[in-house]
Amino acid sequence: MSSPSAKLGWKDIPMGGVSWKLSDESKTGDWRGELKPVLDNEKCTACLFCWIYCPDAAILWDGEKVTIKYDYCKGCGICEKECPFDAIAMKKE
Amino acid sequence: MSVTQKVEGLNGDEAVAYAVKQCNVDLVAAYPITPQTIIVEKLSEYVSNGEVDLEFVTVESEHSAMSACIGAAAVGGRIFTATASAGLALMHEMNYVAASHRLPIVMAVCNRALSGPINIHVDHSDSMGERDSSWLQIFSENPQEVYDNMIQAYRIAEDSSVQLPCMVLLDGFVVSHTMQDVAVLSDEVVNEFVGRRKLPFINIMGKSVPYKLDVENPLTMGPLALYDYYFEHKRQQEEAMKNAKDVIVKMNDEFARLTGRKIGDGLIQPHRMEDADMALICLGSTAGTTRTVVNELRRKGVRVGLVKVRSFRPFPAREIIDAVKGVKAVGVLDRSGAYGAVGGPLFNEIRSTLYDCDERPFVVDYIYGLGGRDMHPTLIKEVYDDLERIVKSGTVKQTLKFVGVR
Repeated sequence: MSSPSAKLGWKDIPMGGVSWKLSDESKTGDWRGELKPVLDNEKCTACLFCWIYCPDAAILWDGEKVTIKYDYCKGCGICEKECPFDAIAMKKE
Repeated sequence: MSVTQKVEGLNGDEAVAYAVKQCNVDLVAAYPITPQTIIVEKLSEYVSNGEVDLEFVTVESEHSAMSACIGAAAVGGRIFTATASAGLALMHEMNYVAASHRLPIVMAVCNRALSGPINIHVDHSDSMGERDSSWLQIFSENPQEVYDNMIQAYRIAEDSSVQLPCMVLLDGFVVSHTMQDVAVLSDEVVNEFVGRRKLPFINIMGKSVPYKLDVENPLTMGPLALYDYYFEHKRQQEEAMKNAKDVIVKMNDEFARLTGRKIGDGLIQPHRMEDADMALICLGSTAGTTRTVVNELRRKGVRVGLVKVRSFRPFPAREIIDAVKGVKAVGVLDRSGAYGAVGGPLFNEIRSTLYDCDERPFVVDYIYGLGGRDMHPTLIKEVYDDLERIVKSGTVKQTLKFVGVR
């Protein structure tokens, strides 16, 4: 029977229900509501509280500065709440 | 030529424990429950005496027992557990997880009635509740078959084309607590026959890795799969079940070359089926009693036969069709009810199977032995008499009957 989409068939996926690709291929940022976190780099001290507290992979740290990856951000606002320097504000999309 | 064997007096439970001791098992996680208790007692005795090198995990419930088995099998171990009745029911959720994770755990199930009323004796209601869980189900007639089935179970479950968990079933008390001469193999011979568990390889992210939880080759077991992929994973399990049929037949032959013992073709064991007009089909210890009745009736010239189903999952449909060819009336002995259904679980399989016969025989369900009610030879004879009446009259008034109930 043909598959309704281009997804892989049962003969082509590994057994046991294991993942065969990384979860970051699923861009879940489109679940976000009307608010998104916006970072003020002037106020940011790179304490990385936001990086630790973010329940997803939306805070990136490249060794120099923090950026927000909206592909994974669901707008929960935890980073804004936890930032000790008020460097993150939830703003309308 | 078969290898040298010695004879031990073992009951079914002891036969299970004896086989486990010889099968290079890495871990046992089990919770004692009647009538399986002797298995757990015997194994812990082996462990504390230093007779076997395995990890024995005492758990607080059967749900935990199966969970521990899943974890240990996921890191590559060869695993054993045992349960019965309510214990198996408590495992139900995790049984599906073990099977869908494709972990070849072997579990002895001492068939016992499910409550209520609460009862400790044999019927098949417990394991029938797991028949669609994607576990292989191999029934045993007596302690010798228990021992033989246990040893073959690891080879069948761990075959690269199968990779499914396997239940070895033995009737509570009737087999589990009944002592019999059991021909056992030496530790070395069993060691060589079962070897060590070989892990299959799977392809993830362009790399072929052993299927186990391993920090060198990380992988995720048990992630979410919704309407996009769940169906494909379940379809794979059906294929594995199909493959298991050939492996069961192959193991039965290989084991026969080693020991001289063979159970039919591995899937079913027909008895006096050539030229039979009436046949009974059953599971487990009742096959032994029925065989005696068949021999007695044959001596009187009555053309009766028996088909013992050894492998209930996978179900040997083609083999059963061939075995009952020419039979006029088939009686199915079901040791569990299916309340509100057309008949018991074995009957439903058999009747559905026989729809594909060129000449369909009459098929009648005889529910018997619930809660350990004895299936006396006279009752089996009555069933054959009933089948004879059906053949003579050419009609079936009732397809669901109860044998030995007041």
